[in-house]
Order: sequence, then structure tokens, then C-alpha cells
Amino acid sequence: MPKDHGIGASSKRREDIRFLTGKGVYTDDLNLHGQAHAVFVRSEVAHGRIVKIDTSAAAGMPGVLAVFTGEDFKDVGGNPAGWLINSRNGEPMREPKRPVLAHGKVRHVGDAYAAVVAETYAQAKDAAEQLAGDTEIEELPAIIDMGAALADASNRVHDEIPDNQCYDWGWIEDNRAAVDEAIKNAPHVTTLELVNNRLVPNAMEPRASIGEYFPGTGDYKLTTTSQNPHLTRLLVAAFVLGIPENKLTVVAPDVGGGFGSKIYHYGEEALVLAAAKKLARPVRWTAERSESFLSDAHGRDHVTKIELACEKDGTFIAFRTETMANVGAYLSNFATVTPTFLHGTLMAGPYKVPNVYVNVKTVFTNTAPVDAYRGAGRPEATFSLERVVDKMCRELGLDPFEVRRKNLLTKDMFPYTTPVGLAYDTGDYHATLDKAMQMADVAGFEARRAASAAKGKLRGMGLSTWIEACGIAPSHLVGVLGSRVGLYDAATVRVNATGNISVMTGAHSHGQGHETVFAQIVAEKLGIPESSVEIVHGDTSKIPFGMGSYGSRSLAVCGSAMNRAVDKIIAKGKKIAAHMLEAAEEDITFENGSFSVAGTDKAKTFGEIAFSAYVPHNYPLETLEPGLEETAFYDPANFTYPAGAYICEVEVDPDTGKVEVAAFHCADDFGNVMNPMIVEGQVHGGVGQGIGQALCENTSYDGNGQLLSGSYMDYAMPRADDVPFYNVDHSCQTPCTHNPLGVKGCGEAGAIGSPPAVVNAVIDALQRGGHKVDHIDMPVSPSRVWAAMQG
Amino acid sequence: MTKVTMTVNGKAVSGEVEGRTLLSSFLREGLGLTGTHVGCDTSQCGACVVHVDGKAVKSCTMFAADASGSAVRTIEGMANADGSLGTIQQAFQDHHGLQCGFCTPGMVMSAAALLAENPKPSEADVRHYLEGNICRCTGYHNIVKAVLAASGQDVSKIAAE
Repeated sequence: MPKDHGIGASSKRREDIRFLTGKGVYTDDLNLHGQAHAVFVRSEVAHGRIVKIDTSAAAGMPGVLAVFTGEDFKDVGGNPAGWLINSRNGEPMREPKRPVLAHGKVRHVGDAYAAVVAETYAQAKDAAEQLAGDTEIEELPAIIDMGAALADASNRVHDEIPDNQCYDWGWIEDNRAAVDEAIKNAPHVTTLELVNNRLVPNAMEPRASIGEYFPGTGDYKLTTTSQNPHLTRLLVAAFVLGIPENKLTVVAPDVGGGFGSKIYHYGEEALVLAAAKKLARPVRWTAERSESFLSDAHGRDHVTKIELACEKDGTFIAFRTETMANVGAYLSNFATVTPTFLHGTLMAGPYKVPNVYVNVKTVFTNTAPVDAYRGAGRPEATFSLERVVDKMCRELGLDPFEVRRKNLLTKDMFPYTTPVGLAYDTGDYHATLDKAMQMADVAGFEARRAASAAKGKLRGMGLSTWIEACGIAPSHLVGVLGSRVGLYDAATVRVNATGNISVMTGAHSHGQGHETVFAQIVAEKLGIPESSVEIVHGDTSKIPFGMGSYGSRSLAVCGSAMNRAVDKIIAKGKKIAAHMLEAAEEDITFENGSFSVAGTDKAKTFGEIAFSAYVPHNYPLETLEPGLEETAFYDPANFTYPAGAYICEVEVDPDTGKVEVAAFHCADDFGNVMNPMIVEGQVHGGVGQGIGQALCENTSYDGNGQLLSGSYMDYAMPRADDVPFYNVDHSCQTPCTHNPLGVKGCGEAGAIGSPPAVVNAVIDALQRGGHKVDHIDMPVSPSRVWAAMQG
Repeated sequence: MTKVTMTVNGKAVSGEVEGRTLLSSFLREGLGLTGTHVGCDTSQCGACVVHVDGKAVKSCTMFAADASGSAVRTIEGMANADGSLGTIQQAFQDHHGLQCGFCTPGMVMSAAALLAENPKPSEADVRHYLEGNICRCTGYHNIVKAVLAASGQDVSKIAAE
């Protein structure tokens, strides 16, 4: 029987009640007394010099309270990159200032150079339109194509950066010569050039921020759509506005999805705070969807050449990649780490490949900033690897399942250090491959293919065996690699006098269900009902500290901090119990919510101990503080390494090129699973996004830097009838060896493993249909498929 | 300014609105019914779906003045009289048909409109009907499952939960 509560149970989500009844409170739902409305004025050209902004007419319009331009923020700090990456030659990366509002130049369509604050939204909107008309911008040639940006030093996104390059990174540089040599001498080399298409994250809730200032105390409050309010507080306070950190509270209430795009601090957040101070009124802003398309950090956008050297039997010898990664016009907070340490370090995949070398050139262009989007670097690595492996199998006439089986690390090889520097702690990649093949009924494929053929459809099957690194850590290592922050997390467990519990966690839940899962864990450990545990997140005034939720880190890192705090509660409870029960502390055991003296029937309930801690009439006050509240910080010893095998089957309509996903099977190893229902939901969502990347989504800038796909009428989001039911399994479990819950993280897996499985299946279908097509770039749209089929 | 009157979730309401005021704005800002969400401004995402005289409508694309005299139902009016979740809402919770919750009100309202028209839809019917509601979290798996379950159909055979 599956459990019905606690760790491992599919507890229904408590947060659902408010979301299903319209009682969630998202940032835009707040309605504050005296609030004013901000509207941003955004560049209509991709690249231009600001000649003149005449604010006088706009400032005099009805209801207008204030007008801001880049000039108002030229002396405050910039929004920094979170990681300093060095080039191969040892030079530090080029890091241009990212201002609150563009100053001097505008650098992408949608780059905000002014803002208007007015009594009503409509008044602000009208005045913003006036201001746009009163602004003179000298348009400069747009720098859009990465290759051209690197080649033409005369045209610069940032005047001080001569070749539009942020860095030229090699990983690992010491591998380079050996990899070059191995490729030169290999019996077979497969080469593939591919594009990892730029995506717009498109959380369904647009970004929104409300600034407040309290003149009586000098305190500020920012309510914002954030995945990590503490990081936003740090950036706004210490880097941008110079507000003391203890005078700024950042609250992220209910947040409608993030997928990476809400990790980062954006200029709009600083603007509403500065405006709130100037006006001594709350100032609010909510993005229109077109602003989201133009100004949210986008994802992916790599152009890669990958080479795979192998024996004639498919045994891997070496991988070598050269990638150009687009960072857009400015460095978003994680833009520099995503194509490097979240991408290059994964380029050995789950394989026993002797040597690997990765080169990444990161390029500024006149496009929206690009940063981490669900998977962040790991989908790009996985796509390159799984596509080139598939191509190699075709070139050598080898079975893609057998080639994976031959090259996957075996379970007796852990811990295993890869040629690109990661130390995988545990895994069983053959188990997930076997499971996926069983789920997909690989043996029955030929019959299904024949059935599709009878309907006039081409059927294909594609495989991807993937690995990722989650819960980025430890702090001392990331510090060496260039991180400007630590990557630990924190939690406070507060046992109230009546025995119920408040947990303040540094993780932020914006769809992941932390309020339910974290409570399951605490309840199980303390032997109390889940309903007695409340999870508090998203408020810097309540929570000790936190680095937030991204990179599938919530449970592995924040959950481990919480677990540690609970252990401290139990340890203190034992001391209190020992006193009350007149026994030695080492004789006290804690089980099922009861502290008892081993070998006796003397016991105190958890509630009795909690009450005693707050009403310490019979309490060891000489040696123990009253109260029952513990805080723990947790800095992981390593990443976690979820892995799995995905098999996709597609049907291609040869008349139209339309691809339909006929079946999708996922066998994942996430280590221990706390709530299977939620884990499966995370995989569904990730696979849905991966299918979206593979088949639908394309972010298209024209040569002038105009975003052609700037609304849901132009950008093809996957919809309910673009995807099938997914067949998911997580029964292969090799628990993480270094965190207390044995968990690995599941949030990004689906988006990492699925795109190559889909594309491999499409190529397989075309090949089986007699079309000599060995690659199609994503999105594998009907027009691209049809064009490829025509030769 | 125009005076509008309508019933919202069975209650008579009225207010002064500009001609350009959208029904979604009137509900959210005029009446404080913030369960209706605005996700796109172009009638594509469906987070703002409400029922107007029994029909599913994207409230970001209808003027409040055009809804005057109508009976409007929003997500706030979908629970049972005792406050417990209605059948569709309960199916969404039981089958994990929501994650961040932002698209959820529109999904529930669209699902209710579908089931009113077609009490026993097929999987394909559900997927087709929900084309106008975008969800970025769930990959639609559990939404489709929840809607089928809400229609009283057995969903236990659908590929793993």
C-alpha cells in the first residue's frame, strides 16, 4: 500500500485550495492605499544612441506624478553578473554596466530608457506614449547574428567592448591538446552543427513589482514576482540602490511560474522603489505580455559544433565542442555561468568517455538578455550529445540503444570523476535505460510503425540518455569558479507553545508545491500531523536567509537545511525530556512523536515538550535556554546528479511535415522521492516544455533586431492538443549519497531529456521513410520537416 | 463614464466604468475579484476566462459595458454552497491539475463550459477545447486527466499518474 501521509506519500497539495477558489494572492492582485502606476518607455529600435529625451510635455499631462530617465540613475550601481568567468587566456570577462534605465544608448528592442508614474494606469500609459514621441534616438546598425558580432569590431553593443565578446572560455583547457590529438587519430569522427533555439520562458504570470517607502522609518518594501527574494534584496540593496539591507524587505507572494526568468533582478524593481521614495506612495507596475516577450531574460540560444570521436564499434574516445552562446545586450545575473559551468561541465553526459574539451564564446548582441531557463545549460549539453550520438549510430549502422548501453557508466564505477570535472556520486544508468525500453515496448515498435505506415504516416523512435547536475554547490568550489555568492541555504523551524510548527524556508515555491512537501517531511520526522506544519516562504522579513528556488535545488539544499533544523529541535527536545523524565539524555529516544526513556514506559509527547519549552516551570534553565526554535544553514558537499532515459515516438505526416508526438516514456532516477504525485507533475511539465522547444517554440529576431515572435499569436506555445499523455516512472532510485534526504531534484529533468528524444525520433521517422535527413534544427516545425524531406 | 449593472456569482453589482474598461479590469479592480487573471492582453492565454450568460468568454477582450445586464460567473463562484470545492475544482486537486495556479481559474472555467456542452468528452475533445488556455507548468497531462475525471470517466488507466 502506498503511504497516505508523510515522506513518500502523494499528499494532495494544500496550496491548491486557494488557487482553485480564486483566493491566491499574486503581486498584481494587491491593491494598496494611495498607489500610483508606473509605465515604462521602451526602445523601438534594437540599437541606438539617445540624442534627446524631452520630458516636459509628458510631465505636464493629467495625473502624471513623476518622470524618470536613465539620467536619474546614472550615478547608482549596475545590476551585476553573479559569476565572474575568465577567458582561456586568463583575462576576466568583459562586464558592462547594466543600468536601471538605459542611459546614452539603447541596446535592444524593449530596453527601457524612461518611466512615467501617474495616478492611474491609463494616465501613465498616455504620458509614456507622449514621451516616446518626444524622444530622439539615432538608430545604429543592429548586431544580431553572433558570428557577425564577433567578426565586425567596428559595430559594438557596448562601446568599450571591441569584439562584442564577453569571454572565450575553455573547459578543461588542459584537455585541449589531448582531445585534438584523439580526434585526429580516431577511427571515426562524427561532426554535427546545430542550433539550440532561443526560447522565451513565458511564465503565465507576467512580471510585476510594487515599491513602498515608509518615511517614518526609512524602510522600503518590494513586493515582486521573484524566485529568490533574498537574492533580489541583496542586489537591490547592496549593488544598485545602496539601501542598507536591513531597511529593505522583499516579498514574493504567490508567484505564477518562473522557469528561471524570475530568478533575476530587473531594473523595474529598482525603479518602483526609487519612485516610491520620491513620491512617498506605493508605486506599482505589471508587465503586459508584450513587455514580457521583450524584456524577460530569454533562454538557450547556442550555436554549436560538436565532434564525437569513436571506435568503429561505437565506443566513445572523445568529445569536442565549440559553442557561441548569446547573452543578449546585457549580462543578466546568471548569464555567464549558464553556458559555462552549467553546460561545459555536463559535456561528458552519463558516459565513460576518456576525454572532453569544451569551448564557449559568449557574445553580446542587440537582443533581450539571455539567461538560465528551465535546465539552464544542461539541456544545451544534453541536446548536443544525444544528437551527435544518434548521428554517429546512423553513420556506422549501429543500434542507438546498444551504443548507449556500451558507453554508459556502470553502477560499480561510482563515485566517478568525469573529464570535465564533476564527481558523480551515484547512479544506475543501465537501470533507467532498461526501464524506459520496457515502458516503451521497444520490441513492438515495428508493428506500430507498420500501423502508422498503413495510415500514410512515418513513424520514428528516438532515445535520449541524460544526466544533470542540480543544487549547485559547494560554496568554496563555486567561489573558486567565479561565483560571487555562496550556494547554501537556510531554514528556521519554530515550534510554537501549542506544539504546531512554522517552518521558514529559503526556498520559494512558485508551482513546486513546497507548502505540501516540506510539511510532509517535517511531519514525518516529528511524528505529528502534516496539518500541524505551516511552511513560510518568500518574505525576507520572516526568513533567516535563502538563495531561492532554481536549478532543482529546493529540496536537495533548502530541504536539507530544514531537515538539519528539525534534527536540532529533536536534540533539544531530548534534553528537555531528560530533565522532565529524570533520565540521562543519552537514554532518551524519539519516535512517532514521543520522547521516551529507553526500556521504560516513561514518555512525554512532542506537544508536552514544546509546552514545557515555552512554560518552563519544570525545566533545566541553568543549562538550557527556554523556547524551541532552531535555525540551520546547509552547504552541500557536491551537486546532485539525477539521470534517466527518455524514449519518444512520433508520427510524421509526409504531406505536411507535421510531427505528432505519439508516445513519450520517461524513466528517471531522482533518488528518494518525497511526493510521487508532485514529482510526476514536475516531469510532465518539463517534458511539455521540451516538446515545445523541439516542435513549436521559436524566438525570431529579424536583421534589424525586431522581435518577430513577440506575442502568443506569433510565438507557438505548446497547447493541450500539441502533447500526449506522458508515461513516467521514477522507480529506479539511487539515493544521493551526501544529503540527508537522499534526494536529487526533479524540476528540470523533463526539459533536459526530452528535446533530443523528440528530434531523434523525427530523424528516425524520416530515415525509415527513405529520406536522407540527418539533422533538422529546432523547432522541428512542419515547414522545416517538409523542406528537409524535399532534399 | 458609463454605469454598468450585472450579477456576478449570483450577486447584483454595479459600477461606473470608462468605455474602454475591460470586463477583466472591472472584475479585478472594480469588484476586487482577483481570481480572474490576465496573462497576455491578446486573448490567447485564457487565464481570464469567465462565464457570461453561461458562455465561456475571455474577459480581457470584452468591455465591461458590453456585459451590463448579464449574469457573470467567475472562479470565485465555482465552489459549493458550503465553501467546499466544486466537482471540477476537486478533480483538479485530486489529479494535481495545477502547479503555480495562475492559469487555473481560466482552466476551471473553460472546463466547466466544456462539460456543460459535452458531459462525457473524449481525451481529444478536452485537448481541443482547451486550446485557448495556455499552461506552462503541467504539460497539460494532469489537467486533461482532471477534466476527464470531473466528467465521471475512469482515468485510472491513463499512463502513470
